[in-house]
Amino acid sequence: MMKPHRKKRLGIILFIATGLTIAIGLTLFALSQNIDLFYTPTQVAAGEVTPGDKVRIGGMVKEGSVDSAQDSLLVSFAATDYAHDVIVQYEGILPDLFREGQGVVVEGSLGAGGVFIADRVLAKHDENYMSVEVKKALDQAGASAANHPLMPES
Amino acid sequence: MIPELGSFSLILALCLSVILGTLPLVGAQTKNLLWMNLARPLAAGVFVFTGIALAILAYAFVVDDFSVQFVAQHSNSLLPTRYKLTAVWGGHEGSFLVWTFMLTAWTLAVGVYSKSMPLSFVSRVLGVLGLLTAAYILFMLGTSNPFDRVIPLPPADGADLNSALQDIGFIVHPPTLYMGYVGFSVVFAFAIAALLSGRLDAAWARWSRPWANVAWAILTIGIALGSWWAYYELGWGGWWAWDPVENPPLITWLFGTALVHSLAVTEKRGVFKSWTVLLAILAFAGSLLGTFITRSGLLTSVHAFASDPTRGVFILAILGFFIGGALLLYALRAPLMKSDVGFGLLSREIFLLANNVILVVAAASIFLGTLFPMVYQALTDDLISIGPPYFNAIFVPLMIILVVFLGVGPLSRWKRTSQAYLVQQLSKVAVASVVLGVVIPLLIMLQISIAATVAVMLASWIVLSIGKDVANRTANKSDRLSGLRGLTYSYYGMQLAHFGIAVMLIGVALTSYFAMEKSVLLAPGQSTELGEYSFTLNGSSDIRGPNFVGDRAEIVVLNNGEPVATLYPERRVYLASGTPSTEMAIDAGFLRDLFITLGEQKESGSWSMTLYIKPFVRWIWLGAIFMAFGGTLAAADKRYRRLRQRRSVSAEQQQSVTAGTQVTPVS
Repeated sequence: MMKPHRKKRLGIILFIATGLTIAIGLTLFALSQNIDLFYTPTQVAAGEVTPGDKVRIGGMVKEGSVDSAQDSLLVSFAATDYAHDVIVQYEGILPDLFREGQGVVVEGSLGAGGVFIADRVLAKHDENYMSVEVKKALDQAGASAANHPLMPES
Repeated sequence: MIPELGSFSLILALCLSVILGTLPLVGAQTKNLLWMNLARPLAAGVFVFTGIALAILAYAFVVDDFSVQFVAQHSNSLLPTRYKLTAVWGGHEGSFLVWTFMLTAWTLAVGVYSKSMPLSFVSRVLGVLGLLTAAYILFMLGTSNPFDRVIPLPPADGADLNSALQDIGFIVHPPTLYMGYVGFSVVFAFAIAALLSGRLDAAWARWSRPWANVAWAILTIGIALGSWWAYYELGWGGWWAWDPVENPPLITWLFGTALVHSLAVTEKRGVFKSWTVLLAILAFAGSLLGTFITRSGLLTSVHAFASDPTRGVFILAILGFFIGGALLLYALRAPLMKSDVGFGLLSREIFLLANNVILVVAAASIFLGTLFPMVYQALTDDLISIGPPYFNAIFVPLMIILVVFLGVGPLSRWKRTSQAYLVQQLSKVAVASVVLGVVIPLLIMLQISIAATVAVMLASWIVLSIGKDVANRTANKSDRLSGLRGLTYSYYGMQLAHFGIAVMLIGVALTSYFAMEKSVLLAPGQSTELGEYSFTLNGSSDIRGPNFVGDRAEIVVLNNGEPVATLYPERRVYLASGTPSTEMAIDAGFLRDLFITLGEQKESGSWSMTLYIKPFVRWIWLGAIFMAFGGTLAAADKRYRRLRQRRSVSAEQQQSVTAGTQVTPVS
């Protein structure tokens, strides 16, 4: 026979353990469902992204590539790591800090014909600061600030 | 010359805080009265010199001293004075000085409002806070001195304050958030002092409680202000984004909420001591984590300051020293924290334990989701991100369970509650909540929506169980009014904060599920419909501010032909930095907000814009105000001020006191 206070303590421990197990299980499940992978324009060009998958792409907005329609909210531009470009299409209003020659991260999926359909366009908050994603894309493509005077110092 | 005085003042503050962090602690251990008595004057000294440093930095901003690098980077001669003053916290160096100053202010406050505590305890608390201050100032002087000069050639004008920060939200949000964040250092110091002295009793919990409540209340307001600011300034109509930098304050808040509840059990019943201490350490760790994430450059985010790896390493060292040391002390002192008082499987203790488990699990899963991408990157070198769906999937169900317990907890009794009693008390409340949950949304929207039903049901559950509890507590009095007057501040504080949860819950649920938005292109004179409103663009005009130029559109909003509001969204370009910035136009209301952000003007003269309708969005922040007010009211309870007569009441005596006042009569 278990003593009453032991029994109670066991009850509490079981209660906590069950709660924790459920919570951890749910957490891991939710985590695995919600990972957005990040790709560079070079990786997109190499066909690493499955069309339709939700991914993020980072790069610089290519100078002279921004084309916004005059009669709708459609915008298209090229995100580049200075080795390869990805054409991005977005319907909506671009963030304040979106500019040619500046870093951008887009969220969305690759559509037909290799055009990236963005649901969300993120431009960084501070012009002196380059996001980790953009920096990585440029580093991998072998570009550096020195070769591209238009790029901000990081 | 004057900025050098700022550095000098910081060095003096460092010296004083090093003494504060050593002598009183040693004095408390060796019962050296002289050394213990040094604690309060030293705390005042540290406060004064840190304050002088802060005032000098503010002065450098006001007189446009661009030879100071921090000023040159974050101000401009055209910047309005109120933003020059607040640009002090517009970047890493200055904001850290503000942070440290807040800590010294809290330390001084503890020194002043601690007359009822034994001297040895006060010296330990102030000593721990002194050590923390010393570490912060050392960090500042070593890696990020706000008084560093631009040598040899200072710029003619400054780079200007980030345009997104030139706003009232920036004036109020960071200081409030810091104040709340740093407040948990005080509770941490109380816990460490108790561990050092080996006296973990109800008295310690009672001393900590008002501080924990106030810190919690300020943090609540700080987070709510951040949410409100993001809502109207960032221009996408959101009030919470699960941004990696928003999360640490929320993690701290969740630990803090658990702590506030756990302290109640420790004070009233003398149990959960070790758990309470652990929560105090965790809440403090959460605040340091927030500092680490924003200042190390580990994350990309709206809030991140420009990165510098040495800073990250330094903050990590501070975190390791304080949290590691605290946990070590905790492990050594664990045997002291046993309690022999028992409680039943159905008791208020158990419901508060459930509250704590849920809050800690919520905090832990947010922590996991925030740090997972960083760990993943370190291990695989692949970049990933964890989006809002993860956080919602975890957080929403947990909060629903929490709210169910929230209705039961206050009505249950300490030690043991019979199931029959709870059923008798709550069955009508439960039925009424279900009925209200089904009927109210149906009447208003003429359709069934599960989200609205659940939200209204849960909110009614909270509100009705509060009503039931208040009715119980006033039932035996001659008249209701004198019964209401007889209830304590801390009781009102608790119920007010719980009511705030109900209000916030309604706001969160209805805004999330019933918001509408639409991006359109409108030519002058053209209209569009959204929901029951029609929006007409009248035209646009040029505007000019002190440090910006831009366009302003005029949009008339009609509801069934009746004018509702005329809104003026703007699009600005700041002159010094050339950064564009949109200024939202909002027609705020108790039941809904109308919200417009302006995009760009096309060659044809038409404007792109996004229109939003946000039902009940104000209730989110209104709920936070109730919660913070509740926390403050609870801290103002008379019993915290009556302590002078009863210095050290042991846990046992304490119970007999609470038995008389806390158990509710069966109605």
